[in-house]
Amino acid sequence: MNRSDLEAMAQRELQRQQAFRCRILCCASTPCLSSGGSAVYDAINEAIKEGSLDAEVQAVSTGCMGPCSRGPMITVQVNGAEEVIYEHVTPEIGRQIVAQHAAADAPNREATPEVESAPSLSKHVLPGDIPFFVKQKKIVLANSGLIDPERLEDYVAHNGYKALAYALREMTPEEVCREIINSGLRGRGGAGYPTGLKWDMVRKARGDKKYVVANGDEGDPGAYMDRTLMESDPHRVLEGMAIAGYAVGAEQGFIYVRGEYPIAAKRLERAIRSAERRGLLGSRVLESNFNFRIDVRIGAGAFVCGEETALMASIMGMRGQPIPRPPYPAQSGLWGKPTLINNVETFGSIAPIIQNGAEWFASIGTAKSKGTKIFALAGKVDTTGLIEVPMGITLREIVYDIGGGIPDGLAFKAAQTGGPSGGCIPAAHLDTPVDYESLRALGSIMGSGGLIIMDEHSCMVDVAKFFMEFCMDESCGKCVPCRVGTVQMHRLLERITDGSATMQDLETLKELCVMVKETSLCGLGQSAPNPVQSTIHYFLEEYEAHIRDHHCAAGVCTLDKRPVTEWVHA
Amino acid sequence: MSVVTLTINDELVSAQEGETLLSVLHERGIDMPTLCHLDGLSERGGCRLCMVELEGSARLQAACVTQVQEGMIVHTHSERLVKYRKMILELLFSERNHVCAVCVMNGNCELQWEAAKIGMDHVRYDYLNPDLSMDASHDRFVLDHNRCILCTRCVRVCDEIEGAHVWDVMGRGVNSRVIIDLNQPWGTSQSCTSCGKCVQVCPTGALSAKGATVAEMEKQHNFLRWILDGREKNVWSYGNGK
Repeated sequence: MNRSDLEAMAQRELQRQQAFRCRILCCASTPCLSSGGSAVYDAINEAIKEGSLDAEVQAVSTGCMGPCSRGPMITVQVNGAEEVIYEHVTPEIGRQIVAQHAAADAPNREATPEVESAPSLSKHVLPGDIPFFVKQKKIVLANSGLIDPERLEDYVAHNGYKALAYALREMTPEEVCREIINSGLRGRGGAGYPTGLKWDMVRKARGDKKYVVANGDEGDPGAYMDRTLMESDPHRVLEGMAIAGYAVGAEQGFIYVRGEYPIAAKRLERAIRSAERRGLLGSRVLESNFNFRIDVRIGAGAFVCGEETALMASIMGMRGQPIPRPPYPAQSGLWGKPTLINNVETFGSIAPIIQNGAEWFASIGTAKSKGTKIFALAGKVDTTGLIEVPMGITLREIVYDIGGGIPDGLAFKAAQTGGPSGGCIPAAHLDTPVDYESLRALGSIMGSGGLIIMDEHSCMVDVAKFFMEFCMDESCGKCVPCRVGTVQMHRLLERITDGSATMQDLETLKELCVMVKETSLCGLGQSAPNPVQSTIHYFLEEYEAHIRDHHCAAGVCTLDKRPVTEWVHA
Repeated sequence: MSVVTLTINDELVSAQEGETLLSVLHERGIDMPTLCHLDGLSERGGCRLCMVELEGSARLQAACVTQVQEGMIVHTHSERLVKYRKMILELLFSERNHVCAVCVMNGNCELQWEAAKIGMDHVRYDYLNPDLSMDASHDRFVLDHNRCILCTRCVRVCDEIEGAHVWDVMGRGVNSRVIIDLNQPWGTSQSCTSCGKCVQVCPTGALSAKGATVAEMEKQHNFLRWILDGREKNVWSYGNGK
């Protein structure tokens, strides 16, 4: 396949899609599937068959549309133009949707009985102009919810692999790196290292073989940005990896998918096979002299394997444990060769940058954080789901406009970003712009994009305990501060929440936090104390109320024990 | 090999390029506690006792895995570092059942020695008191998980020097254990050559020879250097050992 074949494929697919008068897009990513999405899809297909509408109406299983708490979601495109979005769709509603949009306006068909029940259908319509959709800016997720992730043609019809074709023909590897540097793209895995610099480092590194690795081992509780991207638009990740391979001089890529993401792994495998069959991956990509193979590697359920050195150990078939850096993977990574390792969301941003130019990308966002970031909005907000917002948007806009505010008229208490490595941001900082520097200044991190909103019924000590328990379970056990320190910190937090702690325990906890942070071997241990430190910083009075007054304002902790010292003196 | 000059605790020091900071510290006779490091084995960087401050770097670095660089300014015994070392040792003592009074290695134990040297006289954290087993199924050696600090010297010496790779680690976090083959009794291991290297390198009483009772076990780490030096000089190769 060459460039003109690619164009022809896109045209054929577009014509095929335009032949349908009505296309019903059914979300088939994990949240919607778990709320009954596949039954809806089947019901719609059945209804189409029953009405003999196969030639006019097409049901498509697509990726994520965003408002996951409102799933199963369906988008109806009529005549390729107007779109109606439906929420909470059941198989019955699905049939009615078919009747409403397809059977009703069909020129030679009489209205079916279901149409009478149309008013009940209108309850399920989600207006397309609500802030949830309007305030977002979709670049990485542009195709998500629009295309069938299992069909290469659909991706190609949406400008897929154009960026790769352009880069291979018009740009030198050096120019590709320069473009990424100029775009200001920073690693979306959490640390925010400038992506272009990393690429350039691997490009300049000497080695007979080089590797490209996509990190899809997303493990933060409540976060599912990477899963959604891999499930909804797998080719976008593959295209980004192929461009990276060309830029750094690698011929082999690995995409490391978390073991808990079977759908993502399946769709990636399928995407790789179909791209290889069409000559978009494999040897002589797009009839150029560039060869690039991608293999999927599936994790076995360790959070620490999201750390790059542990991830590479896992790919090489060893125990998933981090090793001290330097040497960095860019110098010595997989099998000792220079290795480029980026998050899947980072790779997802590459194709649009190559296609629209670095200036376009750099015009979005803040001075130091460019582009958009995907967040998994969860917790106590009206609409939870997956959102992609420009960098620099305020937390207030995310919570109150996109998320629709806190339900039941309760007050916002804190936003937790960055999962177990991040921190809690209190209401006083709601107007902070969301970018790498501002969040770090608040004692939290951007992280991979988990965003948990908490209302006044959340106890911050309990939240800190939850994340510490997570880190304790997920510590690999290699270095002492993380292995034992997390256990001891968890014990102290447990004591605070059951009422048996003294003020001395709080001091011990603070001291342990600093030590574990400064002496741990890898990012897991170095950031494990973050949730504790940030809640102590912003909600110290809650800790003190637990210890001194045996009082949990949120009513979460039982506090049924007393410190040993109390009954000694009694 | 070129020579680099660095400053350690306000003193100018020259070292070979490519050397680790820890080896320079040891050469200079600067006392640096270590538990996972052992001369002759690969570095692990896991015990975090040899952390040092490097000027110009926000992070602390483990000396055993840091290469010396020209102009490096190193501090090895700042107040903060000593405090952290003490805390790490306290954590180690709290993790498993380190009861020196009934340990075969009492008096010869590296963990005990480091704690005594740094003046760690009590543990401020909860003892976790895990319920751990012993494995005495081997004819000559005993494995006692209660004393293990997961330094993995046994794993490395078996893999790198003996070449048998009998040992490995299973589980994760505080539930990690060193295991034999596929987690089977030592006595049933087909790959174990009974060479005893693992026992000799173990810093605590986790691995000991049968027949030793409290405070009777002593270990010889220097055998490792002897083997490695001998290999270098081809002492055991036919026709070369002049």
